[in-house]
Amino acid sequence: MNATVTTPPGKAIGPIFRRDLKLAFRRRSEILQPLIFLCVVVSLFPLGVSPAPERLATMAQGVIWIAALLATVLSLDTFFRDDWEDGSIEQWAVSGHSLALIAVARAAAHWLVAGLPIVLLSPLLATWMQLPGEGVPVLAATLALGTPVLALVGAIGSALTVGARRGGQLLSLLVFPLYVPVLIMATGATGAAVDGLPYNGQLGLMAAMLVAAVTLAPFAIAAALRLSLE
Amino acid sequence: MSRLKRLFHQFGSPPWFYRFSGKLVPWLWVAFALLAAWGLYRGLVVAPADYQQGESVRIMYIHVPSAWMSWMVYAVMAGFGICALVWRVRVAEILMISSAPVGAAFTLVTLVSGSLWGRPTWGTYWVWDARLTSELVLLFLYLGVIGLYNAFDEPRKAARAASLLAIVGLVNLPIIHYSVNWWNTLHQPASIGLDGSSIHPSMLWPLLIMAAATKFYYGACLLTRARNRLLEQDRGKRWAREALAEGGR
Repeated sequence: MNATVTTPPGKAIGPIFRRDLKLAFRRRSEILQPLIFLCVVVSLFPLGVSPAPERLATMAQGVIWIAALLATVLSLDTFFRDDWEDGSIEQWAVSGHSLALIAVARAAAHWLVAGLPIVLLSPLLATWMQLPGEGVPVLAATLALGTPVLALVGAIGSALTVGARRGGQLLSLLVFPLYVPVLIMATGATGAAVDGLPYNGQLGLMAAMLVAAVTLAPFAIAAALRLSLE
Repeated sequence: MSRLKRLFHQFGSPPWFYRFSGKLVPWLWVAFALLAAWGLYRGLVVAPADYQQGESVRIMYIHVPSAWMSWMVYAVMAGFGICALVWRVRVAEILMISSAPVGAAFTLVTLVSGSLWGRPTWGTYWVWDARLTSELVLLFLYLGVIGLYNAFDEPRKAARAASLLAIVGLVNLPIIHYSVNWWNTLHQPASIGLDGSSIHPSMLWPLLIMAAATKFYYGACLLTRARNRLLEQDRGKRWAREALAEGGR
């Protein structure tokens, strides 16, 4: 086994990261669609509930975060599908490179094109939802800490459902329960900031979740990818 | 080979497991029936009504044991999942996926009995209280495991994917539980802990008997389901045809 590996296991990270970014920028509509979806979902709430600023403000962080969850799951549906269909996953598995590190590289690239734009869009969404000014930077901070967790945990679900029938519908059932802690902490932190209360506890817990997801999720993703090849 | 190791290998062999569990299942059902009859009699007839909650407190003798079981079954299921993934034991895969519907049923019983109890006591069928919410999330986790299993055609692959999801869920459950607790709670704190209980013995005993009864129910139900699934998957093999010829024993 060792004889076939000519490069250290981590060497695949850079090329895969660059390949994913390049692919993403050549299919720009795929990056844009979840973001447009996010904006559309958020804009439906003033229409459906009430345009009154005080009513929107009380639920702003919740609406933005739930829309972000939906957009993330939408973008994760196809996370591993193409690679599974064209045999890339098989090639990674036999290449001798660590599947967990490849998963980290892919999740990082995915976050750059799907998660970071949500963070950058958050001031606009916050303005739409009349979120008070004190909450806006905290909302952006929770999105910056939370969306990588969503991407990593969602990638586990995506890898598990890659070979399954109706994987897309199943994915949301699998990952939404796992997203509950992130949602609670993120909206809690933003709400506390709006009320003028300390919010660093929630942000600290979110950072802890991010560390846990970065260290543990890649192994689960790798195991799920191996299962998909059986 | 040590005895323990031999036992481990025997459990992994479907024909051996099938015969062994076939001897065990009737006893488990009998133990469940006796304990449930005794516990329900003590709980529904002998035990006093609560001075605040009145007769509706008797729902607790169903509600609390099922709530305990809903969490325990998930842990056991994930344990079988670990055995299935690490040692690739097929019987563990079957036990894992056979646990899921039983655990989901316990979770559903907990939710339904809890909301029936909540109507007279809290004045509402449903509140977004921490424990209700984590129970609901637990139900979604069970449904996810069952759904993922059903999405594959090949049963062994399906069971291993579901096992992995169960393990991911097990790692997440404490995080979900504590974050939901922090989020909102008005549920009464647990009355029974390792350092004693705040319940009068006349109410505690039926509760403990019912808790034991539900354990036997889970064991009996799990083995019955696992035997059927094993027979179904191995219906082309000789041992299964022989077992069927003997009347399924």
